Amino acid sequence: MNQKVSELTDPLKFRNKINIDGIETSLLIDMLRKMILIRKAEEKLSEHVESGKIKCPCHLGIGQEAIGVAVALVMRKTDKAFGAHRSHAHFLALNEDTYSLFAEVLGKYDGCSHGMGGSMHIVDNDNGFTGSVPIVGATIPIATGAALAAKMDKVGNIAISFFGDGSCEEGVFHESLNMASIMNLPVLYICENNLFASHLHIDLRQPSNSTSRFAEAHQISNVTVDGNDVVGMYKLLNLEILEVRNNRPFYMEAYTYRWKGHVGHRDDIDVGVKRGDQLEAWKERDPIKRLFEAMKDKGVYTENEYQLLLSEIDEKVNNDWAKAELAEFPEQEFLTKPVYSN
Amino acid sequence: MKKTTTYAAGILEAYEYLLSNHKEFFIIGQGLWSPWYVGATMTDLDKKYGKDRVIDCPISELATTGATVGASICGYKPMIVHPRVDFMLLAVDQIVTQAAKWRHMFGGNSSAPATFRAIINRGGEQGAQHSQSLHSWFAHIPGLKVVMPYTAKDARDLMISSVLSNDPVLFIDDRWLYEKEEDYTEIELIDLKDVKPRKLRNGNDVTVVGLSYTSFLCEKACQSIEISHKITSDFFDIRVLNPLKIDEILDSVQKTGRLLVVDGDWKSCGMASEIITSVLEKIDIKSLKNSPKRITLPDSPAPTSKVLEEQYYIKVSDITDALVQITN
Repeated sequence: MNQKVSELTDPLKFRNKINIDGIETSLLIDMLRKMILIRKAEEKLSEHVESGKIKCPCHLGIGQEAIGVAVALVMRKTDKAFGAHRSHAHFLALNEDTYSLFAEVLGKYDGCSHGMGGSMHIVDNDNGFTGSVPIVGATIPIATGAALAAKMDKVGNIAISFFGDGSCEEGVFHESLNMASIMNLPVLYICENNLFASHLHIDLRQPSNSTSRFAEAHQISNVTVDGNDVVGMYKLLNLEILEVRNNRPFYMEAYTYRWKGHVGHRDDIDVGVKRGDQLEAWKERDPIKRLFEAMKDKGVYTENEYQLLLSEIDEKVNNDWAKAELAEFPEQEFLTKPVYSN
Repeated sequence: MKKTTTYAAGILEAYEYLLSNHKEFFIIGQGLWSPWYVGATMTDLDKKYGKDRVIDCPISELATTGATVGASICGYKPMIVHPRVDFMLLAVDQIVTQAAKWRHMFGGNSSAPATFRAIINRGGEQGAQHSQSLHSWFAHIPGLKVVMPYTAKDARDLMISSVLSNDPVLFIDDRWLYEKEEDYTEIELIDLKDVKPRKLRNGNDVTVVGLSYTSFLCEKACQSIEISHKITSDFFDIRVLNPLKIDEILDSVQKTGRLLVVDGDWKSCGMASEIITSVLEKIDIKSLKNSPKRITLPDSPAPTSKVLEEQYYIKVSDITDALVQITN
């Protein structure tokens, strides 16, 4: 199953439509809809970071939609997923609730965190998204502890930890993997390797661009995959998750690329080594285009249906944004109310 | 014969109560399967309640603390034990930046009610890195409750309150109190939000405030000065450092006109200054008969040499001297 890292990091490779054999059309449409919703929601956010309506730091993951969607589709609602600073996709893949995300980013009370979190602190317990925070690596041990709780619950739930390649440079990442391995914890570690931590390319940060070597060191089963192939990841995780539910950690390193800069609406092509040369090439490895092309090619989805889906999603995103702009801010006394439970 | 208990036995009893009555409670920490790091406070818990609820772990303070936070977010009431405060500092991100903020930053839609137990190991020539307390650092943080018991009853009851609280709590106990003996009382279940400073002595001349081990010293000093100088003290043990409640202390200072705070940590930005300022802001300054005083550690890391240790740590005589001075 492992794909070659040298090819995964080369934007000239993995451009073709993906293999969708053996997957029902309804599920393929589900994947497509979720990815487009995430893409369009983040484009809306990008537009309003630029317009100035959004003030909080927004780390956009345009181009990385496939990973969160593949994971969401193998999760139970009672599993616990944790994200980081770039987690809109993880959240939306589970609930498709653009209104609660938009309201949150605008600091409104209707937001998923009642306007107290902004883009970087989002949560949806009902759908298994248990929280995201922007301190790099901070949710890795938290997810590991959620896995310990899940193991004690003995009903086969698991924890999912989303993080980037930059997190692998934090000490707590190693502590957590060691702990999950020695304690046999049901945790799925998902490394979204987009080759950059903020502005700095992985080649300038680590002696190898493959983070799964750390899983290997801690004797955790692992796989290295094309992070822009939603079906490939779904098939793989659908199998591996059974073992995770049986109290065995698993590590998936998914190579991908973000089309925007580290934070905000700009492309940041002038920031960091290689980015300016490679961004346009990486856009050819578009996870949405590659899925749609495969569906069209196989005759399970038409161009018309696709256009209709795009306009339906546009409408939802526009309506939710307009509604979020009109929503109320938290009351003044809410500043101190959630500090303690009573 | 009266039944007695000790501070260490109180903590052990709290663990037994929690492990017997609350299946959502578990403990994780270094050395828990051979708990000689923690005095007599955890003896045989793993044998009685099982190694899956009393969990020994790798030498990873940050990840194990984070895992405790994670389990608390998922419905458990776990405790991480750090046998020395100093080592817990490796886990500050999870305590201060994650757990303490978790409820607020998610608008009350989630919470991380973990308990972080840390032990102060003063003296014994252990030096600068095995003896810190640093409670005022943590008491600075909104969202993190900080509990420091002085009596054996509080060591037990407030540990139970801390674990059952729906907020993250830092519970700091002091090894110099472990052998402290007192009459046994039955367990009293109390919501942490209702815990106020406990008045342990009544008097008219001066208000004395201590916390944890310094309450032990204060109590001795107040007793001795009453006999030798007929100075009577209103003496309070703080118990909960954050959120700080001072209403009873205000009333007392209005009455006595004098305030002495004794804190077993450094002076600058410490608990003693916090208590004095909180009182001064709210009382009628004209009711003061003398300037408030504080006794703290000298501005130096802990020494190892026992001669210097003798100079470094607060003694009962430092407090009696201050009491004579402030009432003059």
